[in-house]
Amino acid sequence: MSKISLIIHREYLTRVRKRSFIIMTILGPLLMAALMIVPVYVAQMSGQDNKIAIIDETGIFFNKFKNSENITFENVYCDLESAKTLLKDGGFYALLYIQKTNATLPSSAVLYSGKQVNIMAKSYIEDVMKKEIEGLKLAASGIDQKILDSAKSNISLLTIKLDKEGKEEKSYTEISMVIGMFSGILIYFFIFFFGAQVMRGVIEEKTSRIVEVIVSSVKPFELMLGKIIGVALVGLTQFLLWVILTFGIFTVFQTVYSKDLNKLKTQSIYNSKAISTEQILNESGQSDVTEVFDAISSVNFVLIIASFLFYFLGGYLLYAALFAAVGAAVDSEADTQQFMLPLTIPLIFSIIMAQYVINNPDGQLSFWLSIVPLTSPIIMMIRIPFGVSPLELSLSMILLVLGFLGTTWIAAKIYRVGILMYGKKVDYKELRKWITYKS
Amino acid sequence: MSDKYLFQAIDVSKRFANHTALNKVSISVPDNSIYGLLGPNGAGKTTLIRIINMITGPDEGKLLFHGEPLRSQHISNIGYLPEERGLYKKMKVGEQAIYLARLKGLSRSEALSQLKFWFEKFDIIEWWHRKVEELSKGMQQKVQFIVTILHKPQLLIFDEPFSGFDPINVNIIKEEILNLKSQGTTLIFSTHNMASVEELCDHIALINRSEKVLEGSVKDIKNKFRSNTFELLLANCQQDIKPYLSTGIDLIAQTREDELLSIKVKLHDTISSNMLLQTLMPVAEIQSMHEITPTMNDIFIQTVEANELINGSNRNDLE
Repeated sequence: MSKISLIIHREYLTRVRKRSFIIMTILGPLLMAALMIVPVYVAQMSGQDNKIAIIDETGIFFNKFKNSENITFENVYCDLESAKTLLKDGGFYALLYIQKTNATLPSSAVLYSGKQVNIMAKSYIEDVMKKEIEGLKLAASGIDQKILDSAKSNISLLTIKLDKEGKEEKSYTEISMVIGMFSGILIYFFIFFFGAQVMRGVIEEKTSRIVEVIVSSVKPFELMLGKIIGVALVGLTQFLLWVILTFGIFTVFQTVYSKDLNKLKTQSIYNSKAISTEQILNESGQSDVTEVFDAISSVNFVLIIASFLFYFLGGYLLYAALFAAVGAAVDSEADTQQFMLPLTIPLIFSIIMAQYVINNPDGQLSFWLSIVPLTSPIIMMIRIPFGVSPLELSLSMILLVLGFLGTTWIAAKIYRVGILMYGKKVDYKELRKWITYKS
Repeated sequence: MSDKYLFQAIDVSKRFANHTALNKVSISVPDNSIYGLLGPNGAGKTTLIRIINMITGPDEGKLLFHGEPLRSQHISNIGYLPEERGLYKKMKVGEQAIYLARLKGLSRSEALSQLKFWFEKFDIIEWWHRKVEELSKGMQQKVQFIVTILHKPQLLIFDEPFSGFDPINVNIIKEEILNLKSQGTTLIFSTHNMASVEELCDHIALINRSEKVLEGSVKDIKNKFRSNTFELLLANCQQDIKPYLSTGIDLIAQTREDELLSIKVKLHDTISSNMLLQTLMPVAEIQSMHEITPTMNDIFIQTVEANELINGSNRNDLE
């Protein structure tokens, strides 16, 4: 086994065996799965027994509230006080009280309940009442309900990109946005988290004074590269385990609760229709679903995954070398601040610019940010789902490779001198001197 | 010539931004010897050692290993115990020892069997599965020593090897150093501990202010620094011996203890020790006589101070 692979082996194994790695690996997917599962679960829980009693003194809303799986409505005919005791005794989730006022049409109502009222129920009630009163008002001013119905329309904007050969391609901005932002943030997190691990590893070797023992067997450059690659493999392992475990947990959850989930799905489709597109043709609901599938299948996953892995690694390698140089230049982690700033600024700047890039994926600034190696790993990843020309993509990739070779070259020079230097207050002037030293 | 010397540095210079660490330093380390590299702090010893280990390269000069230019293949023939030494604190002792041995080119099984032997010899086998941070400083030093010599290098470089050891362990290490020499290993040995230099080294080089100021075998150097000073114990003699000494014999000190007079004399070059005896025999009964040879400590201080003086006067000349 060559020396550099020995170093990679050690860096990898010591980190993967750490308790913190195992905890992170388990906690990560649990959190992710919780993010997906809990809202569904909560919705399901709250949807169990929501019977709402109605006292409608106006009589306008008689039979206007439609029962759904989540909520059933029941008219009660008694005064408010006895209805309240009914609510307390149980049986009802909430009590809707619509008071008769002097005005012909009511503009308010009260919803009594034992617990915090479910937001879906609240908005549904508001929506129904609003529509009904609007309808009544319009009818009062002499507009026929039929005209109203025919005037109601639902616009869904279909965006189609025309490429150079004139081929049409549906584009789905929202999905691109989510994918771009998610991968950009993941790369940002990966660079910071594992870059800092490289830095801490270098400082550990320096403070424990083992570094001189090791560089008498291997070249400082080999030690640095071995550490960077070893930590990268740790990161990839963690990422892979997260993906597998997250899907694992989610699949287990899905099979266990699949029946409930299916119910829930039809429920939510029904609800959304009930709320917004009550009178729209049934077909539109159908086409919504196919639209989502279309959108997902329109994403070029091979390109996105391949370029994600490339920028994930390229960005990490570019910064990890610099993090290693910072670790070599200082005696303890407390001294890293002054050198960390120029590393964190381009990364944080990329994240700040992310929103702008999403809004203008083909703008001038977006172009330059996705070409310059210090910001390209994050910005290009945000742009790719929106479509980037192969020329731009390859230019950005080549520059990133050159950039990481460049930073590694500079970092190696700083590293080589720094690891054997103790008790010296190092500033940028000093670093510049180190770069010019002969090996 | 190439057979005589295991390692040679010829006119090696190394400059950093604002100071010269080594200025045309040449050393020749004879094969199968213990070679002491001496010098005050900051003289350039560590830089020279790092150059021998190929941790840094020289700006100028040649380095020869067995007469051929030093190359990275020679790394596995060199073992180095740096002054600033340590281990990974969180790693287990055995695992770490295997790792460091494999970095020097041993296979896993070779490393394992060698380590077993040494760990048993030093009686630290029960620490194999412990983490380094649980070990005492002395134990860590033992592990470090073992790891340094494990791959049986032809050249071993020890920078202050005894720091951190208690006297018992210092003896164990000294024994091992002499053992290694008897097995044919060559050792370069950098230390401030002059007593151990005297005890172990065959050859020395003294480096001061980036330059080599003295090199040779310990015997030759001691000869060179002989001052013709003798100590004698006399009985049945006068209170003061001075009037009886002929010219060319300088009395440095005399002290009386009961019936005995102890004197220290320095002879001029024209006077031999036999002539001293002839002078004294008529006036006293000579109980013992021996030459006071300079200690390495004296030689070190004397040479460095003389060198400082020259440097100082040079600087004055320039001003």
